[in-house]
Amino acid sequence: MTTMAILTIFVLSVFVGFEVVSKVSTTLHTPLMSGANAIHGIILVGAILVADGATSTLETSLAITAVVLATINMVGGFVVTDRMLEMFKGKGGKK
Amino acid sequence: MNSNLYALLGLGVAVSFVMALKGLSAPKTARRGNLIGAFGATIATVIVFFDPSSTKHHNTFLIIAAIAFGVLVGVPAARKIQMTQMPQLVALFNGVGGGAAALVAIVEYLNLSAEGKPSTANLIATVFTVIVGSTSFSGSVITFLKLQELMTTRPVVFPGGRFVIAATLAGVLASGGWTIASGGNTPLLVMGLLALLFGVLFVLPVGGADVPIVISLLNAFTGLTVAASGYVLQSTLLIVAGTLVGASGTILTRKMAEAMGRSLFGTLFGAFTAKPQAVAEGGEARSVKSGSPDDVAILLNYAQRVVIVPGFGLAVAQAQHTVRELADILAAKGVEVAYGIHPVAGRMPGHMNVLLAEANVPYEQLVEMEEINPTFPQTDVVLVVGANDVVNPAAKTTPGCPIYGMPILDVAGAGNVIFLKRSMRPGFAGIENDLLYDAKTTLLFGDAKDSLTKVVSALKAL
Repeated sequence: MTTMAILTIFVLSVFVGFEVVSKVSTTLHTPLMSGANAIHGIILVGAILVADGATSTLETSLAITAVVLATINMVGGFVVTDRMLEMFKGKGGKK
Repeated sequence: MNSNLYALLGLGVAVSFVMALKGLSAPKTARRGNLIGAFGATIATVIVFFDPSSTKHHNTFLIIAAIAFGVLVGVPAARKIQMTQMPQLVALFNGVGGGAAALVAIVEYLNLSAEGKPSTANLIATVFTVIVGSTSFSGSVITFLKLQELMTTRPVVFPGGRFVIAATLAGVLASGGWTIASGGNTPLLVMGLLALLFGVLFVLPVGGADVPIVISLLNAFTGLTVAASGYVLQSTLLIVAGTLVGASGTILTRKMAEAMGRSLFGTLFGAFTAKPQAVAEGGEARSVKSGSPDDVAILLNYAQRVVIVPGFGLAVAQAQHTVRELADILAAKGVEVAYGIHPVAGRMPGHMNVLLAEANVPYEQLVEMEEINPTFPQTDVVLVVGANDVVNPAAKTTPGCPIYGMPILDVAGAGNVIFLKRSMRPGFAGIENDLLYDAKTTLLFGDAKDSLTKVVSALKAL
């Protein structure tokens, strides 16, 4: 990938990120933070990639630790967000 | 797997994350949004094993075992946690994510430098990821300890603290520059350790209402580290997902700061500007008026309008169902009841909404701060259930106190104020509340649920 292509992706993603949450109500701040938190658990993909290529014991143990931590972040994050939102079910939107 | 198909699936996952964030910003679509995100993340985790550019597959079994272990730790933690402890769990999840990003960058760095000095762009991205990931990790752990009350919840400020912090930051940046210049392992190690220390020092002076803002900020930081490690790993998906979280997290942090009347800058650099504060004084000598459950019931019974202000004490006592029972009885007696919801009551924005929604309190009774504040002069009784900082007039009257400038619920304007409190202990921010000593204030000591249950039976007997 060229640096320009990466820069394009990066800048456009920044604007999408700004735009999608611009109208969130106070009520949803916590679940939104928690959901975004779960999404950065996608570092799991990166952890798997480096673990896949790791050869030395040091690299492997660091990478496997990263896989465990990233899984906790991702899976735990989505589950806890769902539990928060469960409380809202059946309620109409306020704003 | 065909590389075009792989890239296409990756794009689908990126889109699912955009839809997840979009869904999470509206109450009706929030849950579905979260599920879409979880679905996308699952797809991404499965297809990465078939990444056509990764041909080595050294540790497939170990990786799957590690994922299984992570699931076994993460899911029960998320399922069993009490609603009251959710903020610290989110902080902890964020921290481990930051730690994972830093480790990924370190392993890739070791890997790349085995084949000679990595390119400057890769070195910069690695340095950024390790610094911010480590800071996010140690900062989140401290936040967790604070919220779990395993350490003091007050701002920790020591003399000369800001110079120590500034020196640590300078050390982090210098070792970062050293790493980029030399490409060695020692500078990277020094940098990582200094960044861990910086994370601790950065969060220590933060206290009270600023803690949720810091969690949100560290969350955005972690997003950016994921994007940077995506650059090193040449993964479009990581770049997009990380940037999305970084950008939306920044906006969210700013919105939270606005909702609390804090400047983001002040929170961010509080570490550099915080001065040791004078401890609140004179509390013990003043007298307070404490009442019995019967007194409280009578006050409530003859009121026209009652506003209930819930706080963290309600969450701790799990009293949301009892408070609703009380509100129902009052409503049946013709009393107008509303809940005054401070944006940061509890330990996180929206905490009280979640809790009261669980007890099926009608949505329209939950009134936000801006709307309820003008109605306090027409309110006969305010019932403060386990809240303190969010009704503390010190936020308006005492410049320099940790919550100064935070908008509060102006309950002092009401005819009577009843506090249900466990003790005279100050709130999370650790500041004395003058309102407790006011002539119109009645205190009912005890666990919020016990007190409410007693008031409910007293009301029924009237």
